[in-house]
Amino acid sequence: MTSTTAPHTESTPALSLRGLRKEFPSPAGPVRAVDGIDLEIAPGEVVAFLGPNGAGKTSTIDMVLGLSAPTSGTVQVFGADPADAIAAGRVAAVMQTGGLLRDITVAETVALTAALFGRTGSPVPYLERAGIADLADRMVGKCSGGQQQRLRFAMALVSEPDLLLLDEPTTGMDVEGRREFWAAIRADAAAGRTVVFATHYLEEADTYADRVVLVSQGRVVADGSTAEVRSLASGRTVSARIDDDGDRAAVAARLRELPAVDAIDHRGARLVVRTPDSDVVARFLLTQTAARDLEVASENLEDAFVALTTTAAPGAARITDGATR
Amino acid sequence: MSATTSTAGAAPAVTTTRAARPRIRTSAAVRTYLALELRRSLRNRRTLIFSTVMPPVLFLIFGLQGDYANQSTGNGNVTGWIAVSMALYGAMVTATGGGASVSVERAQGWTRQLRLTPLRPAAYVAVKVAGSMVLGAASVALTLVVAAFTGAQMSAGAWALCALLAWVGSLVFAAFGLFMGYLLPAENVMQILGPLLALLSFAGGLFVPLGDGWWATVAQFFPTYGLAALVHAPLGGDLGPAAVVNVVAWAAIFAAGAAWRFRKDTARV
Repeated sequence: MTSTTAPHTESTPALSLRGLRKEFPSPAGPVRAVDGIDLEIAPGEVVAFLGPNGAGKTSTIDMVLGLSAPTSGTVQVFGADPADAIAAGRVAAVMQTGGLLRDITVAETVALTAALFGRTGSPVPYLERAGIADLADRMVGKCSGGQQQRLRFAMALVSEPDLLLLDEPTTGMDVEGRREFWAAIRADAAAGRTVVFATHYLEEADTYADRVVLVSQGRVVADGSTAEVRSLASGRTVSARIDDDGDRAAVAARLRELPAVDAIDHRGARLVVRTPDSDVVARFLLTQTAARDLEVASENLEDAFVALTTTAAPGAARITDGATR
Repeated sequence: MSATTSTAGAAPAVTTTRAARPRIRTSAAVRTYLALELRRSLRNRRTLIFSTVMPPVLFLIFGLQGDYANQSTGNGNVTGWIAVSMALYGAMVTATGGGASVSVERAQGWTRQLRLTPLRPAAYVAVKVAGSMVLGAASVALTLVVAAFTGAQMSAGAWALCALLAWVGSLVFAAFGLFMGYLLPAENVMQILGPLLALLSFAGGLFVPLGDGWWATVAQFFPTYGLAALVHAPLGGDLGPAAVVNVVAWAAIFAAGAAWRFRKDTARV
């Protein structure tokens, strides 16, 4: 197999989006699906593109793949035009649905894809990496949704892409299918491949991504590690026990003076403080009051997601149903 | 795309410009794809029946009636004449199906998937048409072989030329299938086009003689008319200018329509 690392990847971002906009015509005037996205993804990152349906994730991915042209702004994949990156096999994608011929076998599908990329070897290694070697002779039409998705993954591996895009890859899969699919992706990403996946499952973003780009209504509303995105929305809660009622009331009053404090709850003998800066609150409680038994807890990513997407897009939060199980 | 680079002083022999598109060995890719297409058509029972069973059977039903075998027409007998009609019909059905399958695969998202590979959309269409032309050749050969063994008579030159004309002429209907497939985005577009082809074959004088009535005039406008006259010319049928104009005009219309939809479909929007 040929080497997949081109010499100039060191400084060139895997993906660079600049002022990206996409409008679709509609009877009621143009609909803006992507509304000015700036994004840079470094080689080797595993990034979740997280947002409710209709946030512009698929439109963005289509532009990255050169399937559609931006209304304005630019897309560069390893410094090149998307169409050239596709032809060079540097970027590949696992699409959400379709894209398969039902009347050929799994092995034939991968062998054809390999031939189209000018590779002649056996399709078996790709099938093995995608975990479907046992399905080689099965007709594509007889494969389950999860099996077809892993077939798409095997097809994407054929060109040994440096950047792999996954558009809602586990939609419609059962829990077991999802776990197996991600195990295959993770094993592959460990080898240094850049992976960008669109999802509306929070747990997937949380579990599998190093970085989360939260999009809503065609814009990036948050971008950072999963921990950072979480704290961006509602920060953390700091809770501590103060046994004396008078003391506790006095401490609560002084806490309200702190700029970092969003809200204070009383739960029995405990004060629960919501804050974007837990360090300041914790230091204050431990050094200047009689508080003890202090706890710092993060909000989960789901809370962040709801908070960020509802401020930007009212009503968008109900999309998260699938992830709350 | 020209390979000239304006690097001053560089020896042309050692310029290693990174080509915008790496040269994939297209011939190998296309050969693999074509082989797969042929395997697919052999597996598809429906295609096989319509392309290789129905035309010879239609010949056996219509070509052996009465004393057709004893009636001569130009360079052969009437049985031979009908054999050529059915050979063209088989090639037409096969080519139309091949063209229309592009839109079926498009509906399944396959053409979109192919756009994520270096294969050019035009090469894909070429593979689809070539695949159906191979099957079309088999269809023509089968019908004529069955006919040869059951009493069809023609001069040796007529056998060869009729077969060739039926086969090559069916390309017009590959363009027809492609165009109609884009226009009628249905999974089972052949369920519409199949009966339509049969109607066109009657209307254009491929299945039954047109006679001398008013219909003979109207028939000249159907896309089957010109080809029907063309394939029978080696047998001594009269090939007037109307037939030639008909073939050229319909070939141009279907090809232009298919190219128009194809460009629209593959444009980056």
